[in-house]
Amino acid sequence: MRIPCVYCGERGHEEFAYLGDATVQRPDASSATAAEWHDYGYVRDNPSGSHRELWQHVSGCRAWLVVTRDTRTHAILSVEAARDVALSREKAAP
Amino acid sequence: MCRGAPTGRRLPTVRYSISSLLGQAITGNRGWKPAWRRTEPKPVYDALIVGGGGHGLATAYYLAKEHGMANIAVLEKGWIGSGNIGRNTTLIRSNYLLPGNIPFYEHSMKLWEGLEQDINYNAMVSQRGLLNLYHSDAQRDAFARRGNAMRMHGVDAELLDREEVRAFVPYLDFDNGRFPIQGGLIQRRGGTVRHDAVAWGYARAADRLGVDILEHCEVTGIDVVDGRAVGVQTTRGAIRAKKIGLAAAGNSSRVAALAGLRLPIESHVLQAFVSEGVKPLIDTVVTFGAGHFYISQSDKGGLVFGGDIDGYNSYAWRGNLPMVEDVAECGMALMPMLGRLRVVRSWGGLMDMSMDGSPIIDKTPIDGLYLNCGWCYGGFKATPASGWCFAHTIARDELHAFNAAMRLDRFATGHLIDERGAGNRPNLH
Repeated sequence: MRIPCVYCGERGHEEFAYLGDATVQRPDASSATAAEWHDYGYVRDNPSGSHRELWQHVSGCRAWLVVTRDTRTHAILSVEAARDVALSREKAAP
Repeated sequence: MCRGAPTGRRLPTVRYSISSLLGQAITGNRGWKPAWRRTEPKPVYDALIVGGGGHGLATAYYLAKEHGMANIAVLEKGWIGSGNIGRNTTLIRSNYLLPGNIPFYEHSMKLWEGLEQDINYNAMVSQRGLLNLYHSDAQRDAFARRGNAMRMHGVDAELLDREEVRAFVPYLDFDNGRFPIQGGLIQRRGGTVRHDAVAWGYARAADRLGVDILEHCEVTGIDVVDGRAVGVQTTRGAIRAKKIGLAAAGNSSRVAALAGLRLPIESHVLQAFVSEGVKPLIDTVVTFGAGHFYISQSDKGGLVFGGDIDGYNSYAWRGNLPMVEDVAECGMALMPMLGRLRVVRSWGGLMDMSMDGSPIIDKTPIDGLYLNCGWCYGGFKATPASGWCFAHTIARDELHAFNAAMRLDRFATGHLIDERGAGNRPNLH
């Protein structure tokens, strides 16, 4: 499995560290309920198919990436800089 | 699938024994009967088990044997033995650290010790010992603590020093400067079991107690009415049931989602390897403490070994080359002679990695729906106790003392069972 880093190009996945599901959102600490913290910390969709996930290019540029990957085939569908994803999410939020 | 007889009738009971073996030998082995029936689904069962792996078959067997239930079916989307029960590295042990785990795994070990007589099937249970090596002072202290915790629970454990390890397994690399072998913690009752015989043995034993084993029967829906599970939709039609137990291992999240449940589980791929057959070499199980590597020798002569999970979500049933390299490096650091052997097969299995590295055997928020999952890469050794406890939970609607800590809600209440201390990172457990 090779991941095309948005800064460094295609590299073997052993250069990257895996964090997990990129769709979970840290709840607002000032108002979140215990159930929301529980879901954020422990519950995952764990889909068979397309999965958005966080990888860090630890042996390269050290950037965090949001990789969309098919968990059935390991095919990489898209790669975005996690910073860009976060900024666009912030922009979209009211 | 050809092992099932094409009939729904009860099979004539033939007990396997030395006399049945000799009787068959002199008549050309033409009289052996299929080990379980091939049958059509009935419209209604008292209990359904989703998943015909080791855990599901054991659950059905103990439901019938311990709780007197006979109207049970096991639903398997593939064939018996096609999942993790036929993909693991066959190790059994009960060398756990935490109170929520030790009594459960020791119960499993005791069930292994009586399994073959109980189910009348040769599962080749071999208590050849399981040795965990330590390579530093800190690791020795951690292993001494683990061994003491085991002994306080009545489990056998022995801390060996370097010379005792050398006398036991002289072929390891004792001159390795980077990862010196300082000693090991051995559980002499640990060992190996022929894994597919466990599946076949439980299937046959459950069948003899009246359990229907339905292969090529994939569950495509779970019917929930007013908060109660009442049946399932399958590729072989709808089936109603009073109680439904899910034991779907790496597919647990997918199956639970059919009932609207989201689980504290990620599915990961774990690879395993077997070498060409060689003469008897390793008469025990050895694990490398400076990396993650374990090795034993099958009775056919192949060396069976593996290491860490690949580390990313996967349903692909195969891994990638970096973990192959990592496992090979660990093996070479431990036993340089491995470098002369050829690997003849490698494969992957789907691990239901839980958020604290420990399993779940519990009821669910849906009445009549029960959950057995989160085995990470340690499910095989747990097979008998998992089935035994899950059967108890399903039949009595309550947890047994052995699985009392393996609750689904422990992540909400903070009562995690985190042997590794790695937190909510499934790929680190």
